[in-house]
Amino acid sequence: MADKVLMKGNEAIAEAAIQAGCRHYFGYPITPQTEIAAYMAKRMPKIGGTFLQAESEIAAINMVYGVSAAGKRVMTSSSSPGISLKSEGLSYLAGADLPALVVNCQRGGPGLGGIQPSQSDYFQATRGGGHGDYHMIVLAPSSVQEMAQLTIKGFELADEYRMTSMILADGTIGQMMEPVSFDFEIKEQIEKPWATTGTKMARKHNIVNSLYLNPEQLEVTNIERYKRYDIIKEKEAIAEEYLVDDADIIVAAFGIAARVSKNAVNQARAEGIKVGLIRPITLWPFPEKAFRKAAEHAKQIICVELSMGQMIEDVRLSTECKVPVSLCYRVGGMIPTPDQVYQAIVEAAKKGEK
Amino acid sequence: MTKEYLFAGFGGQGLLFSGKVLAYKGLIEEKNVSWLPSYGPEMRGGTANCSVIVSDDPVGAPIVLTPDVLVAMNLPSLDKYEKAVRKGGYIFVDSSLIERKVQRDDVNVYYVPATRLASENGAPTLANMILMGKLLSVLDSYTEETVDAALKKCISARHADMLELNRKMMEIGKNYNE
Repeated sequence: MADKVLMKGNEAIAEAAIQAGCRHYFGYPITPQTEIAAYMAKRMPKIGGTFLQAESEIAAINMVYGVSAAGKRVMTSSSSPGISLKSEGLSYLAGADLPALVVNCQRGGPGLGGIQPSQSDYFQATRGGGHGDYHMIVLAPSSVQEMAQLTIKGFELADEYRMTSMILADGTIGQMMEPVSFDFEIKEQIEKPWATTGTKMARKHNIVNSLYLNPEQLEVTNIERYKRYDIIKEKEAIAEEYLVDDADIIVAAFGIAARVSKNAVNQARAEGIKVGLIRPITLWPFPEKAFRKAAEHAKQIICVELSMGQMIEDVRLSTECKVPVSLCYRVGGMIPTPDQVYQAIVEAAKKGEK
Repeated sequence: MTKEYLFAGFGGQGLLFSGKVLAYKGLIEEKNVSWLPSYGPEMRGGTANCSVIVSDDPVGAPIVLTPDVLVAMNLPSLDKYEKAVRKGGYIFVDSSLIERKVQRDDVNVYYVPATRLASENGAPTLANMILMGKLLSVLDSYTEETVDAALKKCISARHADMLELNRKMMEIGKNYNE
């Protein structure tokens, strides 16, 4: 076993990105994700990489576009208000089919909101955020170890499918320290024959662009892109299922909410309540099958979120509203306690007895 | 077994550092650990706190709401968290900064004039480690080997001279009796 070190979630993302071969980071500081930039500022110059604090979030995402077009692994990171600023660039990346890794270490919103943890950018992340028909692969870590693991996976998926992977974390997972091991197998980076690396007069020049003034052609690019999305939906959705097989009640939660929920599930199980947890690890593609299967035997679903109820819509869609889905939440930077979730489970169990 | 710790006081008192030493000690002892700081403006002089969980099982929610052990380094922190401590739990009070006594009688309380002791021993910024030494000796987990190893993980090579001083302060805390 490789040595474990204590690291903040944000630092684990940065280290994992470096190990995945990312040598270009562009960002602009914002709490609670600044440790990513700080780590990159320290490490990149020592390993021949680029750390650049841009003049704004918008500048940073467009620098990402440039490096990605040149075929290199590249990332940026921010927190909620900063991601809104980057959204135009995210749409351009999608339109140009460019791979990139973007981290959103969420904080309470809307507007400038606060600096405490939140999950209220779920819609923004899973529905695209910017304009046009597009998706990002959205990965939701719930531990520091997963911050590292999903960063590497994010780069690999981004390259494979030529799209943006977003790590949708939150202030808690970003700021907390846990033991992490970097004992990863990292796949060799795939070739990018589309990259604008200079023709050396040996091939036709590549064009990276998101402008298609011919509507017939633009329609084709959209349809082609969605065919790729279908493959991703089929192949890449993942969820952790915990005590789900015999559960009457399912708790659905991701990230920090899932950790809180697991405590509550354990407590309720100890009292004989048949409850389980489904924790989506990919939010897009959403792990529909896990929910569809659980809805065959479960009688109720409780969605636990640090939002006014966003993932709950995907839970309802994937179960086709066959079972009632209720919401247990805190917002604005507040986090539900295990006891709050436990009470929601007990309440649901009582309803089930009627 | 799971033990939940809460370190609370002013920003700058080294609460996050204490927590880190404890977390590393847990890691060295092959436990599951989590460390969660308060972050933001309170870090610059306001109240700050740090949740540490050390457990034989994987750690669920990393936020400590009902600590088994509270280390209070200012009055607002004691006021805020005294009631939250689990029955039968422990409260360590820096009695040079907090004049009042703990009002509960169902918890174990240790008063250590840590800030005064730290100043008297030439390390006014290391009151946190005096409390840490006391905490570990009371909870019967003060093994020199792991304490040393944990300190080495938390003090960078650049500040190696601080290692001995931290060690000394922990010893003072360990040997302090009211």
